[in-house]
Amino acid sequence: MSTATEAPATAASQAMARGAAGLVLGLLALVPLLVSSNVADMLTRVLAFALLAIGLDLLAGVGGLPSLGQAAPFGVGAYTAALLAKHVTTVGPVQLLAAAVAGAGLAAAVGWLLVRSRGTYFLMLTLAVGEIVHELADRWEGVTGGSNGLAGVPAITLYPGAPPVRLAGLLYWYVLAAVLVCAGALWVVSRSAFGRTLRGVRDNEERMRSLGYWTFLPKYAVFCIAGAAAGAAGSLWVAQARFVSPADLGFEVSALALLAVVIGGRGSLWGAALGAAVVVLVREELSPQLGGRGPLVLGLVFVAAVYLLPRGFAGTRLSRRGSGPRRTAAP
Amino acid sequence: MTALLETTGLTRRYGSLVALDGVSLSVTAGARHAVIGPNGAGKSTLFGLLTGSLRPSAGRITFDGQDVTGRPDHARARAGMGKTFQHSSLFTSLAVLDNVALATQRAAGLGMAMLRPAGRHAAVREEAMRQLELVGLAGRAAAPAAALSHGERRQLEVALALATSPKLLLLDEPTAGMSAADSVRFAELVESLGSAVTVLIIEHDLDVVFRLATRVTVLHLGRVLADGTPGQIRADERVQRAYLGDAALDDQFLEGTR
Repeated sequence: MSTATEAPATAASQAMARGAAGLVLGLLALVPLLVSSNVADMLTRVLAFALLAIGLDLLAGVGGLPSLGQAAPFGVGAYTAALLAKHVTTVGPVQLLAAAVAGAGLAAAVGWLLVRSRGTYFLMLTLAVGEIVHELADRWEGVTGGSNGLAGVPAITLYPGAPPVRLAGLLYWYVLAAVLVCAGALWVVSRSAFGRTLRGVRDNEERMRSLGYWTFLPKYAVFCIAGAAAGAAGSLWVAQARFVSPADLGFEVSALALLAVVIGGRGSLWGAALGAAVVVLVREELSPQLGGRGPLVLGLVFVAAVYLLPRGFAGTRLSRRGSGPRRTAAP
Repeated sequence: MTALLETTGLTRRYGSLVALDGVSLSVTAGARHAVIGPNGAGKSTLFGLLTGSLRPSAGRITFDGQDVTGRPDHARARAGMGKTFQHSSLFTSLAVLDNVALATQRAAGLGMAMLRPAGRHAAVREEAMRQLELVGLAGRAAAPAAALSHGERRQLEVALALATSPKLLLLDEPTAGMSAADSVRFAELVESLGSAVTVLIIEHDLDVVFRLATRVTVLHLGRVLADGTPGQIRADERVQRAYLGDAALDDQFLEGTR
């Protein structure tokens, strides 16, 4: 929950934050030159998952709408990109855009009803939508390939007629650029007057209504935006995996995305990206070494995060700086 | 003198209990109109019906020439009916300035603006600052709302309601839980609004009422018992009996006294 609007930052700390952001971006850009292609592939998946988590953070952390069904727009985006790649076009940016539109479309269709509910009810309804979409992917064999999924997705190209991007490092750069553009857009939204509206709805919806806000509108809008981000993330995931199956939109994906937001600290966006990195690293790197007990480790990470970093990575940074808002308990 | 707010036969039932029974009320533009009454008189029900958080079982509410009976709470707020909550209802994780800016950005039609950073809307920010100065909270603009004292929270509560530039300000027991000094300060604040803002105040504290109000309506057992200037109300025998509790006994044991 750290933004310029909530914790007025000094010029010095702003400059420090900018410096840190520049350093991280520089390192991210250099990754393909420093690591093996396997690691670059894994980090590509981290980036795609981070975009899913950042979108969810805007929805849950900023807007106060925790969803357990973000795998649904993620999966719809992934299938959209895979189907486009196989049958229509291999141009990556086109797939990305179409997947974002598809994710937003799903969110727009179900969100009309969903965002009218609150708290646990919202959580349960999003969970139900996630399960329905998962079931659909499993059963609609003619389109989705059923439980076998869609294999043999061709490599993306950057523009029509361009050579396919097969090298792990190049693909990483493409995904990094796409994630930076999308996450940047989400960051702009979070800092805007609309972002302030979302925080108001999160804190006290009834009060917002008494100020003249029709609160359905911002909630519906942020649900669709998060859906678009998830769809875009799904397309980037497929660009790397070159394969999509119902497992990619299962409950586990939704739960891990929410876990990433909780670990990272709600509402900061960058915290969610960090949380996503932890989640994917534990699941993909640690789990095989532990004989497939990754979920156990993730469970422990979750418990540790809740006890040790009640406000996630983002909140920890704030309280060390001695900033007020996060320390004072809400009544 | 025209009526800014008018209710006709406003009734609210909870099952067989009639909380408000055919209340007709007229609030003149520019007035400071107080609604008082003993516990259970139906004051809170009336407030809920006026702000739109409750639906009437019967009757009509007209505001500024429009029938608002069927309108939801946010539409009434947009039409110019601002309100404060009995218990401070703020945005506790946001800074004081951002609390008020939520009101001013809505009034400016920027609640859904997604591109420019929130702080760059200079007009929204300046208007929010001005409202904070009006209630005497300008020095606390950067503080988180959660860190305010009880009195300061009440001030911010009023600033939030005023920042939407309402034509009518509905105050629900604004001095509840305030110290005597804070109550006086609050009364001064409301007086300073002048006649630009019409005020309807539901209040327990009769000192505040008789200091502020230009007109008083007394509710008793869900009905209008008396309506008049503060002087008339003070002198009214029925009102004194209602506050002493005699009237309640009469209702139970003597038929035809009303």
